[in-house]
Amino acid sequence: MITRIMSLGRRGCDLLEALGRAGIFVAQSAVGVPSREGWHLWVRQMHFVGVLSLAIVLVSGLFIGMVLALQGYTLLVDFGAEQALGQMVALSLLRELAPVVAALLFAGRAGSALTAEIGLMKATEQLSSMEMIGVDPLRRVVAPRLWAGFVTLPLLTIGFSVVGIYGGYLVGVEWLGVFEGSYWGNMQSSVEFVGDVGNGLIKSLVFAVVVTWIAVFQGYDLVPTSEGISRATTRTVVYSSLAVLGLDFVLTAVMFGGLS
Amino acid sequence: MKRSKMMELGVGLFMLAGILGLVFLGLRVSGMTLQAPGDTFRLEANFANIGGLKPRARVTMAGVTVGRVSSIELDADWYDARVIMELQGDLEGRLSRDTTAAILTAGLLGEQYIGLSVGGDPETLANGDTVRDTQSAIVLEELIQQFVSNIVSD
Repeated sequence: MITRIMSLGRRGCDLLEALGRAGIFVAQSAVGVPSREGWHLWVRQMHFVGVLSLAIVLVSGLFIGMVLALQGYTLLVDFGAEQALGQMVALSLLRELAPVVAALLFAGRAGSALTAEIGLMKATEQLSSMEMIGVDPLRRVVAPRLWAGFVTLPLLTIGFSVVGIYGGYLVGVEWLGVFEGSYWGNMQSSVEFVGDVGNGLIKSLVFAVVVTWIAVFQGYDLVPTSEGISRATTRTVVYSSLAVLGLDFVLTAVMFGGLS
Repeated sequence: MKRSKMMELGVGLFMLAGILGLVFLGLRVSGMTLQAPGDTFRLEANFANIGGLKPRARVTMAGVTVGRVSSIELDADWYDARVIMELQGDLEGRLSRDTTAAILTAGLLGEQYIGLSVGGDPETLANGDTVRDTQSAIVLEELIQQFVSNIVSD
């Protein structure tokens, strides 16, 4: 019995220690804001994390917008309210789907790659040799990746929303025959820039910080074996997805729950 | 070196596309106009019953949207609802003192909004004035109740 309680306590201590290590780690590396000398490192990561994720994010956005319009139409047409299609597509994309789905895709596409890359650097002792020659790996390796992630995910989320709204337009207006003026008009009268677009961006910024943090920390903190790398990569995807979905509920409750 | 330039170009285009997307969301999706938002004037109106009117509902004139409801509160002196509206600034000094405000419904079950119609008084409403002549929302249940009680009494 006592040993059980002790092992529970040990786990709690381990968890707190890991959290503290992660906190110190992100604080130390986020100080390394891309400067003039580090510019090309940052651009390289922006290219890898952002530009190369563009295809999967935009294609998913298009299909999700199209499905939303199709499902929404079949539901709304029963009430003769298919004019509200634009508003339904835009609000559900801007408030929920774009930040969440873009973050999940980002965790799968870019987060796992970041973990594996940094993990392999650690396993092959590149990070320790950098320290030996006096280069801070936090600044050289981690900081550009963190900042690239922070900047990229909100941009990808914007792209997701735009493409999704056009996907909804394609299905709703071009295919199912909703009047074009009411698609855009109802959307414009119900969407608020600060309330909906702005809050969606705040959400995606929070998700960007969380997902990149988890990905980079898992890579930096793993057991340097091939098994360790595979475990850390899996953990990145699992933890980031859970964190995104959980935080999304909290953020939604704070942002939109109090609407009277 | 060549590759790095291409990469910078790609990242630059990516960021540009993001900013353009934000502009699209602002102008096309949320219908933001580029005029200064401070250019509004305030009117108040008391209604006996606001039905389902919500803050942010439209205020229209001849069907054209000219403003929004900014807040609704209970007037504890008269036990009726005080609705505060923000109208376009260029209407200040153009609405006569006997302007009426009515709560209307878009369609049978649609959202409720306020319709203003101008009277003939030469004096005009200023910022912060109260519209005297108001017409409450039509509550469907009350109408049905009246209709049923009429049938029963016939």
